[in-house]
Amino acid sequence: MAEVRMRVNGTARSLDLDPRVSLLDALREHLGLTGTKKGCDQGACGACTVLADGERVNSCLALAVQYSGREITTIEGISAGDRPHPLQTAFVGHDGFQCGYCTSGQICSAIGMLAEHRAGAPSAVTGHLAATGVPLSDAEIRERMSGNLCRCGAYNGIVGAIQEVAATEAAR
Amino acid sequence: MTETPVRDRPARERTGRSVGRPIDRVDGPAKTTGTARFSAEYPYPDIAYAALVHATITRGRITGIGAEEALAVPGVLAVITHTNAPPMKPPPPVSVLNLSSLASGSKVNYLNTDEVHWSGQPVAVVVAETQEAAAQAAGLVRVTYQESPATVDFAGEQGNATPQKSNPLQQGEGHKGDAEAALAAAPVSVDLRYTTPPHHHNAMEPHATTAAWDGDRLTVHDGTQNIGWLRTALAQRFGVPAEGVRVIAPFVGGAFGGKTMVWAGTVLTVLAARVTGRAVRMTLTREGVYRTVGGRTPSAQRVALGAGADGRLTALIHTSVTQVGRVGGSPEQVTSQSRHLYDAAAILVQQRIVELDMLSNTVMRAPGESIGTFALEAAVDELACELGMDPIELRMRNEPERNPIDGKRFSHRMLREAYALGAERFGWADRTAPPGSMRDGRWLVGMGVASAYHPSWEMAANVTVRMSADGTVLVRCGFHEMGMGGATAQGQIAADALGVPFEAVRVEYGDSDLPTGPGAGGSAQTASVAASLTKACEKLRRSLLALARRSAGSPLRGARPGEVEARDGGLHRAGHPGSGESYAAILTRAGRPFAEAAVGSDTRAGTVAGQVRFMSKFLMDRRRWMKAACGAQFCEVRVDQDTGEVRVSRWVGAFDVGRVINAKTAASQLRGGIVMGIGMALSEETLVDPRNGRIMNPSLAEYHVPVHADIPPIDVCYLDEPDPTMPLGLVGIGEVGITGAAAAVANAVHHATGRRVRDLPITLDKLL
Repeated sequence: MAEVRMRVNGTARSLDLDPRVSLLDALREHLGLTGTKKGCDQGACGACTVLADGERVNSCLALAVQYSGREITTIEGISAGDRPHPLQTAFVGHDGFQCGYCTSGQICSAIGMLAEHRAGAPSAVTGHLAATGVPLSDAEIRERMSGNLCRCGAYNGIVGAIQEVAATEAAR
Repeated sequence: MTETPVRDRPARERTGRSVGRPIDRVDGPAKTTGTARFSAEYPYPDIAYAALVHATITRGRITGIGAEEALAVPGVLAVITHTNAPPMKPPPPVSVLNLSSLASGSKVNYLNTDEVHWSGQPVAVVVAETQEAAAQAAGLVRVTYQESPATVDFAGEQGNATPQKSNPLQQGEGHKGDAEAALAAAPVSVDLRYTTPPHHHNAMEPHATTAAWDGDRLTVHDGTQNIGWLRTALAQRFGVPAEGVRVIAPFVGGAFGGKTMVWAGTVLTVLAARVTGRAVRMTLTREGVYRTVGGRTPSAQRVALGAGADGRLTALIHTSVTQVGRVGGSPEQVTSQSRHLYDAAAILVQQRIVELDMLSNTVMRAPGESIGTFALEAAVDELACELGMDPIELRMRNEPERNPIDGKRFSHRMLREAYALGAERFGWADRTAPPGSMRDGRWLVGMGVASAYHPSWEMAANVTVRMSADGTVLVRCGFHEMGMGGATAQGQIAADALGVPFEAVRVEYGDSDLPTGPGAGGSAQTASVAASLTKACEKLRRSLLALARRSAGSPLRGARPGEVEARDGGLHRAGHPGSGESYAAILTRAGRPFAEAAVGSDTRAGTVAGQVRFMSKFLMDRRRWMKAACGAQFCEVRVDQDTGEVRVSRWVGAFDVGRVINAKTAASQLRGGIVMGIGMALSEETLVDPRNGRIMNPSLAEYHVPVHADIPPIDVCYLDEPDPTMPLGLVGIGEVGITGAAAAVANAVHHATGRRVRDLPITLDKLL
């Protein structure tokens, strides 16, 4: 067994884990944070996306022991108290989901993606890799979110929700 | 490439205040905050975890099982195999009189037999204290087999196909006139062969079950599309009373048909809990889903069309071969739409089946029509090219007044209007006809069109509605929420039926303790629940009026039902504002905390009566009417001139789906169907090893479902004209969106490139 200490949604947690336990299973089975979903358990669907020190990761491909000392944020930790995160509100308004199983991953991934874009990271559809201030077009969002599958096909609503939040952020 | 903003056509103002509005899903907050609990997420103290061991041979017998190594893994509680599993009753024979007999995914009595019927059949289940131990131990169970010859090659077995049997729910063949002779005599004709590969549902939530026994009472959390069937099936298999089995499934993480039947994982989780005396959870691995839950059959189809020079069809022939497993499966109605779409003088439709030593196939979104419309609608496009005619014009020339194959009346059909609406929004008039004639730099641009078609169904549903003295409404029905927004839509219906604000209605669903709902299938759930719900609301209004009219102090004293309408949270004399009173006032004066009305009953007699009512209504309806949703799919593709890469760049879907209850969720569901259709057209394919029938790509990394980057803005619009024969005029919308979609893509690819790809998916190797 291995001792794992990490901050999860702002709270220090200490776990005694089988070293084979994934970050995803640590959250779901050991901390009861079932908002993060298991879709494929092999890094192909993005349903398990969480933020590690603000960066998006597939928690099913991460061993919990590797994340000792890190700050993990899950869907349960993105709201500000009773006030939902703007993406949570926008997903509802744009109907950016149907069954809801990919939604936690989509939202966490979008948070990480928006931060990557703000930091100037290019994507495969960015015209110039060194360009700065690349506008966040629909095509950019679609490319950058393609690691998060939605079998219900709510992609249009998801892109719409992210655009709304990105536009609000940009206006600030 | 220009981005087209997505705009949904708002539903026209109706009398109702809630129905038709684009109301946000009531479960939106739960689903966006991670608090919606799915079936693997119910905490139980002392829970144990299970994992499956799958057969590595295709057919034969188990000759030995070595469990020692697995049992030696720390934390392992049990290795359950056919040598030590308690007996279960085999699944019952299928009977139309007992629809729950359709529930079993296969005839195999798992772990009660040494026989292996397909590569991947579960042969053992390991139970352990942790998931990690269960998974490790499952890999250490040593199974030896004696193999038998197996038949698994769909392509190679087509010569041995046998005619599909007809039953009251499905017909295997049909004809009008001598279609082959008419085809031979036709001035213009096409005679084409199409194939579609197997597909898998790939719901984002893998099948998962949490099961706990308390004596002979069982609680099961399982993402099922049919709570009633699952409850009956588990009671039957384990020999316990159905009353003691509770199935809880308020949220299902996608299903698309894959969670309709009862598959091995569910039964074996319940068995593992029985054997170990622990609450047990099993989440299938993604590979485990492919190995133990059926998918869509592959198909080989022939479509032959004969026409005069004016484009009027003289012959329409559509035949299909699909597969079922030797241990079960659902024969697909591949030619279903070909009975209804075109006014051909002579028609022949015929479905044939091959039985293979593979896992049962099962229903997947629009079973039959999704792959059937691909072949039919691609062939119609080819005929249009032969005739030098616009493909929409060809369809309009053959638009029938009555159901082509038997002359029955359509309850409602507005395909012409759907085409007109879609063509205008898409800009079809800008299309130049010759293939390869539209280019944008290195991209070859193509526009394609195809018809969508899906029959509408209605099933039995038991519902109760309660009005409380505080004016709030509680609707209870054990229906299913896989993403359709059922609670929102039914809340809107109840609000209007009772004249209360939407916010005053709460809907309970997804639990076998509730009145039994319909299964979520055949795009029928919303209509089925709505039919019973509107009746229950009517009963409730009458009983509330009866309370008021007997009361001396009520402004409704003596009022007759015909004079009264429900609005503003109460009952009022029609046309006289302020001449009534609120439900709260009626109940309070009567000293009642609530009033309740029920439709249908879950007693044994009530269940039988419900089933008889369903079958007789179904058969009577089928004699009188042809009911369906239909639509026009418009697709623009861009094909890279050098690599053959196909990108879908624009889409318009114009649908005739009767009345729309919720403009927002309806559009999402139609759009979702189109997305799955784009996947079917361009990337989705379950690869089967023709030597042993083993699925070679059982993962989301190798089975390509559409991702964000594959999906352009999809413009969905609908006519919103009620079907007069359906409850509230609504026709199901869950499946029609996928129909016609793959043909629209294939036709657009032809328009872009001049190449016809008749074997799905249209991968770039087929265009080079």
